[in-house]
Amino acid sequence: MSGVRVLVGTHKGAFVLTSDGKRKNWEVTGPQFGGLEIYHLKGSPVDPNRIFASQVGDWFGQVVHRSNDGGKTWEAVGNKFLYDGTPGTHQWYDGTAHPWEFKRVWHFEPSLTDPDTVYAGVEDAALFRTTDGGQTWNEMAGLRTHPSGPGWAPGAGGMAVHTILLDSSNAQRMYIAISAAGVFRTDDGGQTWKPANRGLSSNFMPDPTAEVGHCVHRIAMHPSRPSTLFMQKHWDVMRSDDKGESWQEVSGDLPSDFGFVVDVHAHEPETVYVVPILSDSLHYPPDGKLRVYRSRSGGNEWEALTKGLPQKDCYVNVLRDAMSVDTLDPCGVYFGTTGGQVYASADAGDTWAPIVHDLPAVLSVEAQILP
Amino acid sequence: MIRVILPYHLQSLARTGREVSVNVDGPVTPRSILDALEAAYPMLRGTIRDHVSQQRRPMLRFFASGEDLSLEPIDTPLPEAVASGNEPFRIVGAIAGG
Repeated sequence: MSGVRVLVGTHKGAFVLTSDGKRKNWEVTGPQFGGLEIYHLKGSPVDPNRIFASQVGDWFGQVVHRSNDGGKTWEAVGNKFLYDGTPGTHQWYDGTAHPWEFKRVWHFEPSLTDPDTVYAGVEDAALFRTTDGGQTWNEMAGLRTHPSGPGWAPGAGGMAVHTILLDSSNAQRMYIAISAAGVFRTDDGGQTWKPANRGLSSNFMPDPTAEVGHCVHRIAMHPSRPSTLFMQKHWDVMRSDDKGESWQEVSGDLPSDFGFVVDVHAHEPETVYVVPILSDSLHYPPDGKLRVYRSRSGGNEWEALTKGLPQKDCYVNVLRDAMSVDTLDPCGVYFGTTGGQVYASADAGDTWAPIVHDLPAVLSVEAQILP
Repeated sequence: MIRVILPYHLQSLARTGREVSVNVDGPVTPRSILDALEAAYPMLRGTIRDHVSQQRRPMLRFFASGEDLSLEPIDTPLPEAVASGNEPFRIVGAIAGG
């Protein structure tokens, strides 16, 4: 029977959660890199035992760790992220020009075909790639040097490439999302990029429907339907059925359309999950109830999933990289909270149980299937 | 040999104990110690000083012989007690955070 491994990045280290295909009993190992902020870990789809971890922090800067044995042992690999050429400036919070400075890796996206190739989304917003297993990183500068770049501005958490989606049907196409610039798509392997934000509306912007400047929190795609994207924007849950050329709002009957995560069921491309958060000023769930909302119709009609989740006095947040699905049947769904809980559902969200409930604040969750 | 005391998390990263020893050719300065340290422990590159600017990370400080040398020019010769190995060069992390 296949097993599941869930990689958890937290404010104070990384944890590895493993179970068999039943996903009832879990082994928790860690912390790895105890005391250090681990923004994200992700394994290669080609070789699940090869995992990359992003350690960040004010004291020692960026460190990249690589494991070749499923997270049992780690080695430090390259941590030199140099922008191509003279990086220039982007917009600061107050509208002034601010130099582009590397701060941290927010997200690793391993190649779908090559375990030595990994994409890294970084703050200040840029995309890097390694083709030698993390020893060296080179900027894919076509993104940052898009003509709109000097006008990009940070969200509250910084200005970062936080989402990278690879199109399994077209090796030349990928999508990235930046807070707060929006979605960009390349159709030529990263040489050139175009904004993909038509249909988004953000009231905080001088021009709410401008091509660039939206605070996109997360985008998700089902591998079998790469032309369809789902988005949790700062406010609004959106979908696109034309590779991001246009977007329609599908927030429907959600109790709040603010939130961070969005993910798609592994076997049902029209089944989507979000975790509504009350507002951008409050950053906790409505009514003190932690509820995952599931739509089986690709949005607009949503059902609250509450069994096993706290339904009173709950004021945690679920950050943008802290939800993941596995590909077993039924689909497993996982998410972590700023309160240190990692919840799992082995039945596509119908029921939930905490795998662990006293970790440091969870920053990222990634599920892997083990042979 | 120059003795260097590392903060806790850099000990873990370099897989060393609290104190390491490095060989420095020529004048013993913060720069020459860091060059030798990074040559011996490549995983420390970028963690004490920035890859590009070579500036000390702001939440680390350098001490020797009871003096805070963090703001001295990076090529300032260090006290004889450090150059002779009698006293360590200390890299200290700020006591901050939560």
